[in-house]
Amino acid sequence: MATVFFSSELIKFTGEEQVEVKARDYRALIDELVTRFENLDKAQMMEMAISIDGLILVDPLFEAIEEESEIHFFYFVTGG
Amino acid sequence: MSEVKEYKYIGQRSIRPDGFEKVTGRANYGSDLNLPGMIWGKILRSPHAHAKILSIDYAKAEALSGVLSIATHDDFPDLPVEAVVAGEGTANLRDLAQNLLADEKVLYHGHAILAVAAISEAIAEKAVNLVEVEYEILKPVLDIREATADDAPILHDDMFTKGLEEVPTVASNVAARTEFRKGDVEVGFADADIIIEREFYTPTVHQGYIEPHATTVSYDESGQSMVWCSTQGHFDVRASTAKLLGLSLNKLKVVASEIGGGFGGKTIVYLEPVAHILSKKSGRPVKMIMSREEVFKGSGPGSATRIWVKIGAKNDGTITAMQSNMSFEAGAFKGSPAMLGGMTIFTPYDVEHMYAECYDVVVNKPKVAAYRAPGAPQAEYAAEMVVSELAAKLDIDPIEFRLQNAAKEGTQTIYGPKMKAVGLVECLEAAKNSPHYQSALKANQGRGIAAGFWFNIGGMSSVTINMNPDGTGTIVEGSPDIGGSRASMQMMAAEATGIAMDKFKPIIADTENVAYNASTGGSRTTFATGMAVIEAGEDIVQQMKERAAAVWNVTAAQVDWIDGVAVNTAAENRLTAAEICAGVGRTGGQISGRANINARGAGPSFAVHVCDVEVDMETGKVDVIRYTAIQDAGKAIHPSYVEGQYQGGAVQGIGWALNEEYVYNEDGILQNPGFLDYRIPLASDLPMIETIIVEVPNAYHPYGVRGVGETGIIPPLAAVAYAVSDAIKAPVTDLPCSPPNVLKIIQSK
Amino acid sequence: MTKKHVSTTINGDAIEFLCDPNDTLLDVLRKELSLTGTKEGCGSGDCGACSITLDERLVCSCLVLGVEAEGKNIGTIEGVSNKDQLHVIQEKFLEHAALQCGICTPGLIVSTQALLKENSNPTEEEARYYLAGNLCRCTGYDKIIRAVLDAADVMRGAA
Repeated sequence: MATVFFSSELIKFTGEEQVEVKARDYRALIDELVTRFENLDKAQMMEMAISIDGLILVDPLFEAIEEESEIHFFYFVTGG
Repeated sequence: MSEVKEYKYIGQRSIRPDGFEKVTGRANYGSDLNLPGMIWGKILRSPHAHAKILSIDYAKAEALSGVLSIATHDDFPDLPVEAVVAGEGTANLRDLAQNLLADEKVLYHGHAILAVAAISEAIAEKAVNLVEVEYEILKPVLDIREATADDAPILHDDMFTKGLEEVPTVASNVAARTEFRKGDVEVGFADADIIIEREFYTPTVHQGYIEPHATTVSYDESGQSMVWCSTQGHFDVRASTAKLLGLSLNKLKVVASEIGGGFGGKTIVYLEPVAHILSKKSGRPVKMIMSREEVFKGSGPGSATRIWVKIGAKNDGTITAMQSNMSFEAGAFKGSPAMLGGMTIFTPYDVEHMYAECYDVVVNKPKVAAYRAPGAPQAEYAAEMVVSELAAKLDIDPIEFRLQNAAKEGTQTIYGPKMKAVGLVECLEAAKNSPHYQSALKANQGRGIAAGFWFNIGGMSSVTINMNPDGTGTIVEGSPDIGGSRASMQMMAAEATGIAMDKFKPIIADTENVAYNASTGGSRTTFATGMAVIEAGEDIVQQMKERAAAVWNVTAAQVDWIDGVAVNTAAENRLTAAEICAGVGRTGGQISGRANINARGAGPSFAVHVCDVEVDMETGKVDVIRYTAIQDAGKAIHPSYVEGQYQGGAVQGIGWALNEEYVYNEDGILQNPGFLDYRIPLASDLPMIETIIVEVPNAYHPYGVRGVGETGIIPPLAAVAYAVSDAIKAPVTDLPCSPPNVLKIIQSK
Repeated sequence: MTKKHVSTTINGDAIEFLCDPNDTLLDVLRKELSLTGTKEGCGSGDCGACSITLDERLVCSCLVLGVEAEGKNIGTIEGVSNKDQLHVIQEKFLEHAALQCGICTPGLIVSTQALLKENSNPTEEEARYYLAGNLCRCTGYDKIIRAVLDAADVMRGAA
């Protein structure tokens, strides 16, 4: 099981800070989360960046998710 | 730290390949292109900060001899409320069109309303002055406090604050509220022996690039057009222009000229779509150049902020809680980097309890653009001032205090991920051991220490390396070179292929000659485009080995590639890159290396700056007398240009701390739109800027690169301001530390 | 407006041009004569990007009228190198990485040449004050000053 951590903005929709999720890749993860938390907006979730064990991914899709990995959703960052 | 690799090319201080044309005046910048039949475009700008446009009458302008076309907001097609890339993420397409040419309302002094193209600049200017606009003047809102007052005039009737618990029913100047939380600050503050809270102010500032915005657009009868412009990202200019005008991308060829500075301010469009309209309507190429006054009034600025910070610590120096409430001015349209402020403000610290609330507030000033590490300098300024004050109150050395609480591998950030290996501790140690930090101060002198954090980004880059028959090659990249990046691409190509550096010529291709590249911004170019160069180089090596194998009738696995030469050890066969390239006709055609990537794993970077100032107690004038910038580069590809980023960032931050600010009168009229009155640092204001490059490799880049462009502007605000407060023995909260402001603090002590 | 005829010398070449009486010399150089090496950063004499020499005197060409060039000797960035050989100042700017975006570079090189003509052995402070009229937003001036002092040493034969 991977552990997904929600930012304070997402906790508004999930009511939980972290959940255990079984998903083999990013798409399965998103599907699982929006099924479990109906207030989560799929399109909005997919606009966010994620980190899997510290590796920051801006546009994941096929990304495999290992057992025991830690996943964070956060806002996409650009710069000057 | 991972093992230190040995490199043959990277780490050298080579001569940049584009340097020759830049020291001889041959390099062509935004305003340097002239085309046959070209005419000139000029913009009419609002003389008011906030007004309804009742009517626009341009009949007299249109009738003036020599005027060939006029552009107004009506020339934009109906636009969807859709996001486009705009420096700090995205901007609403409708807002962008309103910013380019206003329709119903002008929202800041200098807001563009209409553009004229004529056969000479003088006629275009005369025509602009013949346009009659009738306004209903409204009260302007010039700062966060005014904007959020109960009776504040509202800029946008349809703007309702996002991110509130309850959906608001009344329009507001507050566009959005965001929060970031980690732990429970109340628990943390209950644990503290000492708590300091203060509110800080930073003014509106400008990126201050020396080259004004400029473009030349040529539309032809087939519907095809060429846009030449000074930009940090020509692909994003293409995207914005196409979206705004309803064009398909293949109708627009955008050529990035050499760029005379950007610092985030050239990541969005101001002139290009307008010049396109003028060119299409006149059938002539149109050139537009902003005057310096227009640059200050109509482009750029970085957000003014009001930031409240509260930090608690134990007597042993452990920080227990950090809290902030920050408001960022967005200018006339929503989209300040407030959220980035919240994500960065406390990130140099490994503290259990943190909370940051961020507000994005519109005011009657130009729409803010990205400015080097957008949001971070203001936010981290506030935090670092309080951290330094806490260290002093606890009688702990400010570097030791930071070391005790420093973010490191495994630290949980407030915005999400846990830190991988980062170099903050190494930067603090380097600062502590620096000759500067160990030197003594004299009377009326003070010292400030500040840390800075910035994410850095990756993103999409596309590179092709085309090999020539003589074994030389062209690196075709699409990241505008704003500070010497061609040199680093050349070095990385050499490192990846083993073929000598001077065999490669890097070029910045236009949007038709290389696939999409994200803008030069977010400190991404050397990291992400560099990664693409390395991959393209590895692709070349693989093809070279295959060709050599084919010639020798062996498998590619039997071929080694040593310093740019294919070697089959068993048979003592050797083929140089040049020999392989000369014979490609017989072995399968030309060799090109290619990489189209979305670079991941950008490495966060930390900096620590040490600043000494001397204050003239009679006038309040502050002199920076010694300055050291220390930063983790991951790996410095070209150390001179890495140092240059540290020094340039430091000095831009020194300007922000000491002198730079937009000055408005009560009607919202900008009082200082020029370099004489908006005072950026001069050579005579400064000492040498000492640098220390720390290298804690980024595990996700083949050579360990993190990106170095932005972080250096973060620490100076607090390093300088705290040094001033140390010298005058009184707290500084508001920037800039200009002579009148500092004198006021000295006199009110 | 009737154009004025002007005869002048630019980088050693005898040049004639027509200009409006209110055209700046910078406009003439860039638009009329295609000498775009001289840059415009402000148009008000505050940034130094348009530095040129007028009879050996360092001036901002945005503050000089085109008609004032009559009979004068003008030096621009295009005249600094000698055929295919860079001037020592140009070499030192490259060697010390004294440019990032490069927009201020032509003006700074022209100003440095004027400085070293007046003072072949400037101190750091003298160089900083002489070049205070040339704004650079990228480098923080450190590497520029090092390049200038190094060039001075080489030109004096001291290095």
